Amino acid sequence: MNRAALIFAALLVVLVPLSLLAGRVWIDPATTPNAALILMELRLPRAVLAIVIGGGLGAAGAAMQGYLRNPLADPGLFGIAPMAALGAVASFWVGASWALPVFALAGAGLAMVLLALVAGRTPSGAGGGIALFTLAGLMIASLAGALTALAITMAPSAFAMSQIVLWLNGALTDRSWDEVWIAAPLTLAGIAVLVFAARSLDALTLGEDAARSLGIDPRVLLFLLVAGVGLTVGSGVAVAGIIGFVGLIVPHLVRPLTDRLPSSLLLPSALAGACLVLAADSAVRVLPFVTELRLGIALSLVGAPFFLWLLLRMRRGRL
Amino acid sequence: MMLACDNLAIRRGQAEVVRGISAELRPGTITAIVGPNGAGKSSLLMGLAGLLPAESGAVRLDGTPLTELASRERACRIGYLPQSTEIAWDVAVENLVALGRMPHRDRGSEPVEAAIRVMELEELRTRPASQLSGGETSRALLARVLAGEPQWILADEPLAALDLAHQITLIDHLKSCARSGMGVVIVLHDLAMAMNHADRVQVLEEGALAADGTAQEALTPETIARVWGADVEWIGMPGRQAIVASSRD
Repeated sequence: MNRAALIFAALLVVLVPLSLLAGRVWIDPATTPNAALILMELRLPRAVLAIVIGGGLGAAGAAMQGYLRNPLADPGLFGIAPMAALGAVASFWVGASWALPVFALAGAGLAMVLLALVAGRTPSGAGGGIALFTLAGLMIASLAGALTALAITMAPSAFAMSQIVLWLNGALTDRSWDEVWIAAPLTLAGIAVLVFAARSLDALTLGEDAARSLGIDPRVLLFLLVAGVGLTVGSGVAVAGIIGFVGLIVPHLVRPLTDRLPSSLLLPSALAGACLVLAADSAVRVLPFVTELRLGIALSLVGAPFFLWLLLRMRRGRL
Repeated sequence: MMLACDNLAIRRGQAEVVRGISAELRPGTITAIVGPNGAGKSSLLMGLAGLLPAESGAVRLDGTPLTELASRERACRIGYLPQSTEIAWDVAVENLVALGRMPHRDRGSEPVEAAIRVMELEELRTRPASQLSGGETSRALLARVLAGEPQWILADEPLAALDLAHQITLIDHLKSCARSGMGVVIVLHDLAMAMNHADRVQVLEEGALAADGTAQEALTPETIARVWGADVEWIGMPGRQAIVASSRD
């Protein structure tokens, strides 16, 4: 575990108890009635889910930026999150919102299959494979976005439409241990796959040809990446909706604390992602709005200005 | 540890970029691949490194076709330095050089230190890649190849971004690699460099060998006129020759 991972692990240790106690109603374990029940059945699963989803998004972001060798890459670029969202929207449409995670995971799985088919046909050795593959991911994302918009405009009822729109904004409100059991194993498996691919991502630092000369098989790497990002992002969307910008911002925050190789960035990014989503979810509970601010909206409100700042900084050549 | 190709043909897209090349390259020597733009030099080098599939023919390392070697074993034995000096992240020199150990699946501090020493990068070891000059970057990237302790170094225009002093330094390093028993194959544009420093020169024209032999045999004014369409002559002593345009009178 490197220095950055230790820093964010320590931060997480501090944040978890704070997150458990924070909320519209602050809990004092000694005096609050039913404190143990609230903590165990409401606050703790929500905190664990925030850690799981943030960890998955952070790791997926670091892996995507390493793979595309671009600090502006985001896990959403592969089209897995939009396809998972489309699957979830389909569950509202057919009136099976109780099976939403299954539909969303099916959407993510379909995206992974499509990407694997494209990856299988991506020419190895001719160069430009990564660009071609990324464009394919963008097309899948674009198609999923269009179909989601179509599903919203043709929603069977106003209630279904409002449910869809609300869900798309991403939140951890009212989540239980059920969602944790769905997301945690898949996300952990995804992070493990990405960690396994991390040294290959390091080789890509030198370009595709040099990486292949170091014994890296681009197709194997691509399959590992699709599997890792698919599992982490797909399971996150399945239980919490779209939560943007974590995968983009977190690797940037962490990178200066590491030796900047993707393998050094992955675990610290997972821990920092967990910290960010946990802190943001605690903040939206505490902020004095009439209804709880959606987590996805809150992170985008912070993330979009950060993205702009990042672009301006890149123009000045400081990145 | 002979590196040989047998009637090698390579296709990139619709174009056949390497056509029927056969050669046996010996370790302990420097082979220069030269030719006009688009002659197929880089494709041949990538083919020899096992990075482009052969449409026909084969590349053999010590008699074994490269396609039968696991990619990791091939990577341990053949170090390839691409023309691109791309370094995606602002990695420190020592971490960059250590990437050369990847096929060996170790951090190999000794070979990494040796490569840093040979390429005179000791004082730059913690410097981020973005703060290196073109020459320093080229040295760091070659050190990355050396850290892998390959039997063969295949380098695509390693002198391209370098000023004269650094070109001489780098070619001296490659010569010492060859003296230590490695095989060195380099793509060059500078015919004088090939003439003065290569043990063997292969001249490529439209993907096929136009000449192959010692520098004196391969780089005759007649061959240069035929392949490059340039009327030139060599001046100076063997080993210290320069190329000049032929006088018209």
